[in-house]
Amino acid sequence: MNALILSALLGVVMMFSGIWLKSKAAVRNTAIAGIILLLVVNILEMCGTVVFKIDTKGLIVPDRFGLLFNAIAFASTLIYFLLSARDMEKVGVNYAEYLALIFFILCGITLTSSYQSLLILFLGIEIISIPLYILTGSDKRNLKSNEAALKYFLLGSFSTGLMLMGIALIYGAVGTFDTNYITMFTAANKPGVLMIGGMLLLLFSMSFKVSAAPFHFWTPDVYDGAPTVFTSFMATIVKAAVFIAFIRLFDQTFGVMQKSWQLFAAVIAIATLFIGNITAVFQQSVKRMLAYSSIAQAGFMMLAVFSMNTAAKEGLLLYAAAYSLATIGIFAVLIKMSDYTFEGFNGLAKRQPLLAATTTICLLSLAGIPLTAGFISKFFMLRATMATNGYFWLGIFAVLMAAVSVYYYFRVIQAMYFKEGEAGNFEVSTTFKWLMVLVSTLIILLGIWPDLLIRWLYF
Amino acid sequence: MPINLYILLAVVLFCIGVVGVLTRRNAIIIFMCIELMLNAVNLLLVAFSKMHNYAMMKEGIATGGSDGQLFVFFIMVVAAAEVSVGLAIIVMMYRNVHSVDINFLNRLKH
Repeated sequence: MNALILSALLGVVMMFSGIWLKSKAAVRNTAIAGIILLLVVNILEMCGTVVFKIDTKGLIVPDRFGLLFNAIAFASTLIYFLLSARDMEKVGVNYAEYLALIFFILCGITLTSSYQSLLILFLGIEIISIPLYILTGSDKRNLKSNEAALKYFLLGSFSTGLMLMGIALIYGAVGTFDTNYITMFTAANKPGVLMIGGMLLLLFSMSFKVSAAPFHFWTPDVYDGAPTVFTSFMATIVKAAVFIAFIRLFDQTFGVMQKSWQLFAAVIAIATLFIGNITAVFQQSVKRMLAYSSIAQAGFMMLAVFSMNTAAKEGLLLYAAAYSLATIGIFAVLIKMSDYTFEGFNGLAKRQPLLAATTTICLLSLAGIPLTAGFISKFFMLRATMATNGYFWLGIFAVLMAAVSVYYYFRVIQAMYFKEGEAGNFEVSTTFKWLMVLVSTLIILLGIWPDLLIRWLYF
Repeated sequence: MPINLYILLAVVLFCIGVVGVLTRRNAIIIFMCIELMLNAVNLLLVAFSKMHNYAMMKEGIATGGSDGQLFVFFIMVVAAAEVSVGLAIIVMMYRNVHSVDINFLNRLKH
């Protein structure tokens, strides 16, 4: 509850900071202080100190899983602010408002990570989505940004409509929105038409929100059209948060009737892995490649929803951390580039050796090379999949697709190290370099000792 | 009136909305179809709420099923928030291309 109240308050504070504070550096420092405060308060709640005690009548139950994910999301946002907050100034004049919207999104994330009622799930998803529509269209003069915002808005609210219909059908079958009651109901009764229909609509709309195939078609255009700073946030923290909501929904609410949706989840995972990886191979722009790569990584996270056991839940948290860190790192470097094509990275290693090395570690992590966090989180997902009876082949397919992904991640590394070019004609501060070193150190640390993160789930 | 008719009406309205979103090309009309979907859900929720209320009255609980109606208020509020953001986005696009036809959106593809 701490993080929920505080993030909403901080959003309001950030809105006013745009009026009260004259310099942009002061606004940025307020935001960074705010996110550190949010992280500290959330960790305090994990240790048992609750500042805001509110009786929500079982609507919101902040358990350890949700709180740990909140901590991951806030820590990633902190790193994101430190690396890229300076670049938000280039998007438009409403600097403080962008930061305020990000705090409101964090408020939605705390709702989706610890809901126990379908009402809160709906509100959380909407509190995440509506500020994102604005952030996508924040580059007002740019036609691409406009189109991305309109497309994202129309398809996003369409999928919200599907989700609401699903919730209404489930309400018709059960008579309550409480996920515990729904679990008891599905355990006691054979699921009827209303229940199955509602569950499928929820599955489809959540796949829509996490950009899993065949509901992924908005992703490349929206991620490509949005200002790169905000793509970085959308593709990492927000996507991981919606996955947490997804896994909570299908673990708690529909966990009992797993047999009736497991095949659908498997099909979605296969399609997502296949389409994401194969299409990413043909991209010319690194930004668009990263959009398809985010679809491909969503395919791996779908494996957690599909298998739904302890390894899957631990692995999803690890995956969220590993994927967010690596992608935020790559995007932070990409924003500095003048040319977003693969050729734009030619010869980066000559001029900016440290940046090239840290970017390489991020890319290796995304590709799933051993010793990085990306490897160990993919390993968790595969272990969870293999543990499910009769779906051994799904694990093998995922490994094959991960092998395909190596191609397009290594194209960037090849461009940086083995090609002659003019990339790297920009100044970066020493702080930026040290932060990139920190990100890659974190990736390697998590890759060697995943327990650093997972042990927080149990004590 | 049996609940089946309400469900049928809501599902028909919802399907009109879905078909409208998938076939129409004008952003405003697509937007209206989305609103139609949301309102179909509202109608369904209210009907179900009454149904559960009626069922629970027999067991002596007078307030049963009220959470369905509460949900409707939340949907209304969220839909209003979406309208304000969505219309702003449509107006922003109209300023740039002087059209609200979503066929313009194909420019993003390479």
